Amino acid sequence: MKTYKVYAISDGTVIDHIPATRALKVIDILGIENEGILTIGIGFSSKKMGKKDIIKIENKYLGKDETDKISLIAPDATINIIKNGTLKEKRRIERPDTYIDIVKCRNPNCITQSTGVKTKFRVVKSSPLTLRCHYCERTVEAGEVEIL
Amino acid sequence: MKFKGQSIISIRDMEKEALLKIIETADAVKRGGHKGCLEGKVVSTAFFEPSTRTRFSFASATQYMGGKVIGFAGTASTSVTKGESLVDTIKTISGYCDVIVIRHPVEGAARLASEAATVPVINAGDGANQHPTQTFLDLFTMSERFRDLSKIRVGFLGDLKYGRTVHSLAYALALFRAPMVFIAPEILSMPGYLLEEIREMGSETRQFEALCDIDVSLDVLYVTRIQKERFGDMQEYERVAGTYRVTPETVRALTEGVRIMHPLPRVDEIDVEVDAMENAIYFEQAHNGIPVRQAILGLVMGTIS
Ligand SMILES: [Zn+2]
Repeated sequence: MKTYKVYAISDGTVIDHIPATRALKVIDILGIENEGILTIGIGFSSKKMGKKDIIKIENKYLGKDETDKISLIAPDATINIIKNGTLKEKRRIERPDTYIDIVKCRNPNCITQSTGVKTKFRVVKSSPLTLRCHYCERTVEAGEVEIL
Repeated sequence: MKFKGQSIISIRDMEKEALLKIIETADAVKRGGHKGCLEGKVVSTAFFEPSTRTRFSFASATQYMGGKVIGFAGTASTSVTKGESLVDTIKTISGYCDVIVIRHPVEGAARLASEAATVPVINAGDGANQHPTQTFLDLFTMSERFRDLSKIRVGFLGDLKYGRTVHSLAYALALFRAPMVFIAPEILSMPGYLLEEIREMGSETRQFEALCDIDVSLDVLYVTRIQKERFGDMQEYERVAGTYRVTPETVRALTEGVRIMHPLPRVDEIDVEVDAMENAIYFEQAHNGIPVRQAILGLVMGTIS
């Protein structure tokens, strides 16, 4: 039996295969820091990824809309929904068409630099992943993206 | 695309059919159609930075059609440069008029305004981003001389790297899959992402560093200003600006009947002697701003359908 050093949860969401050291960023993007008990594992060995992070969120079932938000920083993450101690759903991250309030616009003269305006980016190209700011229309490649 | 109630923010929101509709409407307006179609309507010009020509053009367009204009220009106050107050200002103005024409130094301001407004918003320039009515009048001017926009070959000359007008017009012509030629010094050449996009849309493109290198015929030469501020070295600027100056000789060396266009104002990139040549159509192009803006105002307010 495979044993994790992080204890198993009987109800909640497990986000696995997060690139190493990005767990805290994932929590930040999901906005779940005050959502009850979180168990964070950083730097597990992974056959696939070398090192990976894992997050377990107790008593909270994250929907697809929510978890897709982390596609920019953890595109290969897997989502496990656990109910009554059994795995109810396993899914992968899918890339949304639009990122709202996730990516920062790099254009210093963009209206989203002023307070109160939520950023909005649309995917205009998938390879390399390219996003266009809904407001100033500048494009940015995923590699250069700055997460809010 | 239905125009009534729609904001006009970016050329990227437009389809070929919508552009053709604007051209067709502007043509009807120029021939004396739709007279008085803005009667009883109030157009608000919210110019957060001064641009006398553009503001006058919209005001004149409105008044010739029987509408009234209210507005302000050149508010430098810091309170309106912040996003939130822009939203508040636009929400307030929405109650005073039937359409808002906005000019703003910050990119994306017009889009944000259109999301806050309860009336259509027309972008009259948002920083270096978009100025769609300029593109419409450019296309309209071309369509008056060449019936089929998919068949004309336009050569763009000058600052193609930073030129908002060039980027929008090239994109619009790409919707027609028109072939294009770009002539600029390497440091001011078309951005790669845009070239790629235009090619993917089906336009054939060629790039040259000098006008005399062109080996294809041109229907239109679209000239833009090379700005001093782009150069660190003034000697380099003088050299480049001199090379790209359009004179009667340059025009004569090009395809016979080539039309010379320019978004104006010009400094000295086109010699004044060219003005008298039949090829020069840039003043006519500027005047076309009136019927084109009348067409847009009528279409978005639903008084022209
Ligand atoms: Zn932006």
